Amino acid sequence: MAPTATQAAGSAPVFKTKRPLPFPLNIYQSAIGRKWVMAWTGIGLLGFVIVHMIGNLHLYEGPSRMYEYAETLRELGGGLLPRTLLLWIMRVGLLAMFVVHLHSAYTLKERSRLASERAGFVGGAKKYASKRDYIAANYASRTMRWTGPIVGLYVLFHLADLTWGWWLGGDYVRGDPYHNVVESLSSIPVAIIYVVANVALAVHIFHGTWSMFQSLGVNNPRYNGLRRNLATALAGVVLVGNLSFPVLVQAGLVDEDNRDCPVNDTTGLECLEAEAEAH
Amino acid sequence: MSGANGVNGQTSQQSHGGTLSLTLRIWRQDGPDAPGRFHTFDAPNISEDMSFLELLDIINERLIEGGGVPIEFDHDCREGICGMCSLMINGRAHGHELATTTCQLHMRKFSDGDVITVEPFRAKAFPVVRDLVVDRSSFDRIIEAGGYISVNTGAVGDANQTPVPKEAADTSMDAAACIGCGACVAACPNSAAQLFTSAKLAHLNLIPQGQPQRWERTEAMVETMEQFFGSCTNHGECTEACPKEISLDFIAFMNRDYVKAKIKNRKLTGQS
Repeated sequence: MAPTATQAAGSAPVFKTKRPLPFPLNIYQSAIGRKWVMAWTGIGLLGFVIVHMIGNLHLYEGPSRMYEYAETLRELGGGLLPRTLLLWIMRVGLLAMFVVHLHSAYTLKERSRLASERAGFVGGAKKYASKRDYIAANYASRTMRWTGPIVGLYVLFHLADLTWGWWLGGDYVRGDPYHNVVESLSSIPVAIIYVVANVALAVHIFHGTWSMFQSLGVNNPRYNGLRRNLATALAGVVLVGNLSFPVLVQAGLVDEDNRDCPVNDTTGLECLEAEAEAH
Repeated sequence: MSGANGVNGQTSQQSHGGTLSLTLRIWRQDGPDAPGRFHTFDAPNISEDMSFLELLDIINERLIEGGGVPIEFDHDCREGICGMCSLMINGRAHGHELATTTCQLHMRKFSDGDVITVEPFRAKAFPVVRDLVVDRSSFDRIIEAGGYISVNTGAVGDANQTPVPKEAADTSMDAAACIGCGACVAACPNSAAQLFTSAKLAHLNLIPQGQPQRWERTEAMVETMEQFFGSCTNHGECTEACPKEISLDFIAFMNRDYVKAKIKNRKLTGQS
């Protein structure tokens, strides 16, 4: 569009238009399309969070059932695929969704920051000099950019803790998740990190669940009232499920008194394998 | 809301002649790039029956009488339908009354002794021209990109030649109620213009007359919007600030249509 005579110097475009990429990559070039992608990756990540939480409830069935669950994940795909192949495909997919979700969140936040910049203002980067009186924006929606990074850092911590066993050291037994979880969560600082991060995760899910309906354009007046209820329910289920692990371990209700097998990565794992076979 | 004169919404009928003493903190800025700051004005003897803009008129008259420079602010119809008045009043676009423009906000909604902070609507795409006046012509750029339908002119068509479903007409009218004041952008923590653009799109995209250019319009208007404004995070502040109560549902409708448009245009133009 040619600039018109009425166009004041001040209202020049804030953002440059980029050369369009071929379809479907051009969807990700626009802010609305990027938000759409953010919603889809959010759904994928939320699905993982829920399945991960439900799967971890096997902890309450004891060491051998937990071992059996972990083995089942590695054996996914049955005899058709090499062992752990499907698990690795899912891991790579999850990582890709995580990266895209982060990239879209960061770039869109940056775009909004630039769009809110004020000329000739003294006193910081806030949009208004006076105090804002928010009506609809809630704590969850305004803290997405804080709860997001908290969850991101927590994921790294969680992997280092229970997948790589960085600080459990000699107490870490690869292939015995029950032992590792109980060992890790019985430390008070670690339990506190798990509680804080999962509260942040629940707050993030609360706004994210409602928000994804808008971003995807899934909107039907008949069901719109249910979106907040669904958001509350999902956030609540994830919160209660995930908090139960550190809380019950700290309370001493989940411990290693119920194990018959020794804790080591040779005879211990063979013993768990035998118990799992017996189920 | 009860003031020194015992005024509230119920008894405002009896309040004719009541006056307020107010303190105003008003943003003053000499030009787009000049630094701005708040100036404090005492406003005694303000009638409760005045609108907020009339309050500013009175302050300006007193300023001029004292040899000062009047405060500049936008206004036009003063009956809530033109979308010209703006102002961030006590941190809310168009003040704290819901579904009300600044010109329709009356001083009886304030209490005696109130300190009122007044700022211009803010966004990078709404540069301050002077004091409380901002340049909202970026909205015009969005409208130019597709806020129209193309029809062949000629003889007047027969009445009811184009059947329009009642529900579509109603919803289209709800969207068309948008007066383009920019309160949605002002209220948005992201300075996004989703509510404005979606209302202008839904207004045409819901009815038969708008169908031929629906996908082209959606792409063009959204992409023009994105040259100026931030990205929506679904806070919902816009719809609360909107003097015409435009629904957030229109944003969902726009999001859906935009992604559809990306797919549809590709097919229509035979691109691979």
